[in-house]
Amino acid sequence: MDLQEITERTLAGDKRALARLLTYIESGDPSGKSALAQLHKHCGRAHVIGITGSPGAGKSTLVSQLTLELRRRGNKIGVVAVDPSSPFTGGAILGDRIRMQELIGDPNIFIRSMASRGSVGGLSAATRDVVRALDAAGFTHIIIETVGAGQAEVEIVRAAHSIVVVMAPGMGDDIQALKAGILEIADIFCVNKADRPGADQTASELRALLTLDQRRKSGDWTPPVLKTTAATGEGVEKMADELAHHLSYLEQSGALQERRERQARSEILALLYQSMITHMNLTIGKERFGAIVGLVASMENDPYTAAAILAKELGIG
Amino acid sequence: MTDQQQPIVIEGSGNAQRPIRVLVAKPGLDGHDRGAKVIARALRDAGMEVIYTGIRQTPQMIVETAMQEDVDAILLSILSGAHMAIFPKIMKLLQENGVDDVLIAAGGILPDEDIPAIEAMGIKGNFGPGAKTQDIIDFVREHIDKDRLQKPLSAIQQSGSPVEDPKAGETAK
Repeated sequence: MDLQEITERTLAGDKRALARLLTYIESGDPSGKSALAQLHKHCGRAHVIGITGSPGAGKSTLVSQLTLELRRRGNKIGVVAVDPSSPFTGGAILGDRIRMQELIGDPNIFIRSMASRGSVGGLSAATRDVVRALDAAGFTHIIIETVGAGQAEVEIVRAAHSIVVVMAPGMGDDIQALKAGILEIADIFCVNKADRPGADQTASELRALLTLDQRRKSGDWTPPVLKTTAATGEGVEKMADELAHHLSYLEQSGALQERRERQARSEILALLYQSMITHMNLTIGKERFGAIVGLVASMENDPYTAAAILAKELGIG
Repeated sequence: MTDQQQPIVIEGSGNAQRPIRVLVAKPGLDGHDRGAKVIARALRDAGMEVIYTGIRQTPQMIVETAMQEDVDAILLSILSGAHMAIFPKIMKLLQENGVDDVLIAAGGILPDEDIPAIEAMGIKGNFGPGAKTQDIIDFVREHIDKDRLQKPLSAIQQSGSPVEDPKAGETAK
């Protein structure tokens, strides 16, 4: 395997090389990391769009329609679709492609399914790196479809520029919209299945609640509430327009740079945490760590003291 | 304890480990996918990542999906009787796209007299009615190319150029 060749072929638009690179990245292979280091300077051009919402809200169908619309506008689209891994076996059924049949065969569309592999925030650990590789490969728009998300799966804010929260009518009253979490992260709300009863009510409740947001200053982005019927494509054109508006808002207001910095910060910290764990395994060792864990589990020690002991032994406490 | 409870991972270089990725594909026009779903679920429970794309897939769709998803194996499920028309097209497209490191297996209704021809195409392990899911799991695990990621990636073949032996690099270590 020649990493240089794979990187070059990826940059030249070879889909098979890109697919293989994504496998290296996803499996945590060291070659994936060195390829990413090389590709980094080619990144930063794509508009990264996150689509999230509860299971069955219509995310995959909406992603399919949005991709077709962005294609009609002459763009090149990468789709990353995340589905959950079993916490018991690690296995997964990756079924988002079932709703994306129309996208297959277009050389300007690339779809990759990913299993969450133990991550709990709605993405997998490697999702951001996969997005980075697609960005370097020249995709103008990258759409991330999260795992069907409940209330707190908000990891997407650390991966996307624009976030669409997809809801279906009849999923709860307006108290749900008052709660913290997923509804706070929306740049665009999408009430999907708008041909069903209750869509207007859901949309107007959302709009009403948005007016209560005290944090938003004048000139800030106000999330539009859209109605879509993904099965027919109705409302998707408007959604693509709003996504473009949001991107220009981000660029003009300086918020894009802020988001990038926020994302870079969290990413660096996550990597630092990882290397600390690796360092701990190499220096203190799993046995010593296991012994400390045992003391806490048998109530002989408390977790705070245990962490302080470990920090001291690592030379950072 | 059966293998079904053991997550199946492939040792990569360094500390990298990854689950086996499998595409379960239904080529042709039959709309009956109970069997494909049972197998997809069994492979999932064996710790594999299973990409399932639904019914009525063309050879192009199957090959493109396998390529983008970089799967270790493609399991073709077909009941319509069109296998002798569809399988050669799939194999040809795989070759043209340089996909020479993926295990291809088939199942469904495949008459005994067609099996030698199917195997000659490079499609291994034909699982008909009554096949045990554990046998399919074991088959995939034994026959995928576990060193795939360490090997050079074949270039996309120009149509009409000499095509490599599709079985090269397919044997497990």
